Amino acid sequence: MADEVILLNFCPSVFGMRIRIALAEKGIEYEYREEDLKNKSPLLLKMNPVHKKIPVLIHNGKPVCESLIAVEYIDEVWKEKAPILPSDPYQRAQARFWADYVDKKVYAAARNVWATKGEEQEAAKKEFIEILKVLEGELGDKPYFGGETFGLTDISLIGYYCWFYAYETFGNFSIESECPKLIAWAKRCMEKESVSKSLADPHTVYDFVLGVKKRLGLE
Amino acid sequence: MEEVKVYGVWASPYSQKVIWALKLKGVKFDYIEEDLHNKSQKLLQYNPVYKKIPVLVHGEKPVAESVVILDYIEETWPENPLLPKDAYERAVARFWIQFGQEKSPTFHAFFRTAGEQQEKAVKEALEVLKILEEKGLGDKKFFGGNNIGLVDISFGWLAHWLEGMEEVVGIKLMEPSTLPRLHKWIKNFKEVPVIQENLPDPEKLLAYFKVLREKFVRDLPSNDQ
Repeated sequence: MADEVILLNFCPSVFGMRIRIALAEKGIEYEYREEDLKNKSPLLLKMNPVHKKIPVLIHNGKPVCESLIAVEYIDEVWKEKAPILPSDPYQRAQARFWADYVDKKVYAAARNVWATKGEEQEAAKKEFIEILKVLEGELGDKPYFGGETFGLTDISLIGYYCWFYAYETFGNFSIESECPKLIAWAKRCMEKESVSKSLADPHTVYDFVLGVKKRLGLE
Repeated sequence: MEEVKVYGVWASPYSQKVIWALKLKGVKFDYIEEDLHNKSQKLLQYNPVYKKIPVLVHGEKPVAESVVILDYIEETWPENPLLPKDAYERAVARFWIQFGQEKSPTFHAFFRTAGEQQEKAVKEALEVLKILEEKGLGDKKFFGGNNIGLVDISFGWLAHWLEGMEEVVGIKLMEPSTLPRLHKWIKNFKEVPVIQENLPDPEKLLAYFKVLREKFVRDLPSNDQ
């Protein structure tokens, strides 16, 4: 029986990008469905009744919610090709630790950069850069977070790269000047088709953020 | 076999989770009690990113963050499995573990605030518990099915720490009439020998919660008290 794979997503979502990258890495064919977050589909509400959020991966009718859980699921089910997690338990723990760090720290800090003004924004930028520097430190001189191969931590973070243009424009700063190695890493990731085809266009993201700011009265 | 060490704090459900997982698998380890007001050099060296407990050290290799530690334990010592074999069921287990993590601020607010803020937290906490009971536990004996697993371990704090918090705050969340299945789960969970033998002393915990609660209330902005 052929696998039926559906992804419920919203284009600018960094979380959706993670799943798209994992599916592309494994060469899995799937149906992509864009959700209107102001008018969520009955399928989304049925498949993620607890959070009612995207992304949701649906495999043969069964939903997997939460992006990093979905990425690990994809890695376990389609294990013959392009491993996303290493096989050694300690290295797996390191990959999961840093993917978890990205989840704990990056989203909230980044949001504060575009959602605030004045002194608050300056503090937000400082915090955001500090977090990126910690990640840059962990990357070191390795081509990817996991070493020679692109893996879970890379997947957890790279989606934010297409949001950098929006952060930099709204925050009036340059991420590359503060974290050149991280930008070099991001460009290296973008050379992979699985990444370049999964990330949203930075201008689309910028327009989206502008729309959110207007709606929330945050201009 | 390489040495296993756990850095923890007696009152923390996070370090207790790690202890439960190791004991359920029969893994021998040394436990080091940390003083959070005077963290050891070892702890700071092993967890430079967060400087928190628990940390598991295997050989000289540290693993931090309890969720990551539990996965590491499961994969390093696969005997007496605590996660399902099936990939889909494993994803469902991880979903509930993450749900618990995401909702912890609600329970922190329940314990640390007062007035309107606390009322809001109580309402949210009750919704969370209802979802957990209906969609997470359902009619199963344990979250893991017939035997306890990582999801049960992750929610172990509900079975022992919550009652102390409720007593000190003076508000009960876990009513047997409104959450009968969770209530039964608590009883079943605490009857598992490894759990029963590895719980902090309830009197000591209650005294500890009293001191904490006094401090939190004292530190609240005056119009929230």
